[in-house]
Amino acid sequence: MSAATPIEFTLDGQSVRVPIGTSLAAALAVRRPGCARTSVSGQARAPLCGMGICQECRVLVDGKRRLACQTLCQNGMTVDTGTRTGHQG
Amino acid sequence: MNPNNKLSQTDVLIIGAGPAGLAAALAAAPSGARITVIDDNNAPGGQIWRDGPSAALPAAALRLREAVARCANVQLFCGTRVISAMGRNALLLENANSGWSQHFDTLILCTGGRELLLPFPGWTLPGVTGAGGLQALIKAGLPVRGERIVIAGSGPLLLAAAATARKAGARVLRVAEQASLGSVAAFAAQLVRWPSKALQALTLADPSYRAGTQLVAALGQQQVESVQLRQSGRTSTLACDRVASGFGLVPNTQLGQLLGCALNTAPGGLSALKVDAMQATSVPGIFAAGECTGFGGAERALAQGKIAGLAAVNETRAAQTVWPERTRWETFAGQLHRHFALDPGLRHMPQADTLVCRCEDVSHASLTRCSGWSDAKLHHRCGMGACQGRVCGAATQFLYGWTPPVPRPPMSPARISTLLVELTETSEVSP
Repeated sequence: MSAATPIEFTLDGQSVRVPIGTSLAAALAVRRPGCARTSVSGQARAPLCGMGICQECRVLVDGKRRLACQTLCQNGMTVDTGTRTGHQG
Repeated sequence: MNPNNKLSQTDVLIIGAGPAGLAAALAAAPSGARITVIDDNNAPGGQIWRDGPSAALPAAALRLREAVARCANVQLFCGTRVISAMGRNALLLENANSGWSQHFDTLILCTGGRELLLPFPGWTLPGVTGAGGLQALIKAGLPVRGERIVIAGSGPLLLAAAATARKAGARVLRVAEQASLGSVAAFAAQLVRWPSKALQALTLADPSYRAGTQLVAALGQQQVESVQLRQSGRTSTLACDRVASGFGLVPNTQLGQLLGCALNTAPGGLSALKVDAMQATSVPGIFAAGECTGFGGAERALAQGKIAGLAAVNETRAAQTVWPERTRWETFAGQLHRHFALDPGLRHMPQADTLVCRCEDVSHASLTRCSGWSDAKLHHRCGMGACQGRVCGAATQFLYGWTPPVPRPPMSPARISTLLVELTETSEVSP
């Protein structure tokens, strides 16, 4: 892990820096408790299975729906979780 | 293969780049056949050899990866998932940027397994993950230094998750195994027959391990604040930051089922892809290896993958030489299933208001009034959300004895542009 060359991206409008190679699901935890979406009944949800099965970590990356656990953080990307606006993705 | 080239053709297509898929590719490579391996994760290795900024891969994993990378006739595409089947010899694939059809002569399914996640009160709280899920997230860079973590459920994966968490600086307060101490001890005593596993078990030995301990609930307002565990009829509460819970592994059979492959009941009672001695499924030209044929660990997956890879390029005699190795690890898998069998009492973990289907937020109380899976779907949308029943299907099988849903395409949420590839190509072919 190289802290000297962090990845910088935008998470719900805030700038976030994480070590290179960090998955987006892991990076969500920078803002505790690291929620990714709002459920159909309005509950905040965070990554569960960590391996692309449960879909709890789905977020919008540059406008495209992606699973955070299968997405590597990239410089300059814009990530929107459904937890700020309450939108269900 | 070029994702922009609509007609990608390969001789052997392998789905999954875990131990089974990599072993299959390496075994098939000397034949000179064109081999394509795809995996939906960012790096090869599957779940057990997951790579990431905080992962330390075993030497065997690195050697296999490097050996496969040296094969000029093997192409590996990560971050690529299967969306659906296109006729008999093609699959519709999608990566982060595009969708395309991949044609093949022979298919090897190495789709692995997923964690059995069982509902308990509070399991939807942020901070609750799978046990393997926690391990995967830590390897992918989740910062857990100084966090208090409780790991609960069943099977050797709990110890592996605890070891990973400790190495990353977490305080693992408790590892709660539902199987009895007698059962765990009997399993440990058998390990002398598999010396490499006995050594692994020793390195994982954990002072916080408690057998015969059940998960009662995760508690908290916005996130996990504590967990309740029950041992010998006594319930105790531990303040913690995370709860990681897994109850063993479920074979990923969906793609095989979609292609018409028959299932059988694997040890442990779960459905798995049915294979013969050559790892051939019931559908000609489709082989399967590893956890999708029943949970059994990386060594069994390697042996099965090797056999499938050889059989796929008609090296049947060479494949037969791997049979004893496979038998050895299938016996080991049998021990695992026997000694970590799930206590039927775990069916009482969810309370009336505990959500069982996390996609559509369907409660245990609503589902206990249903006659089966179709009823639950029709009346409550259970299993109709984004995960398509991958989590609640296995859970409802365990909780209510329901047969999991038959998979339908798309296998996972897909972009419209990807689905259009299928339409365009189908209309080009048909008169």
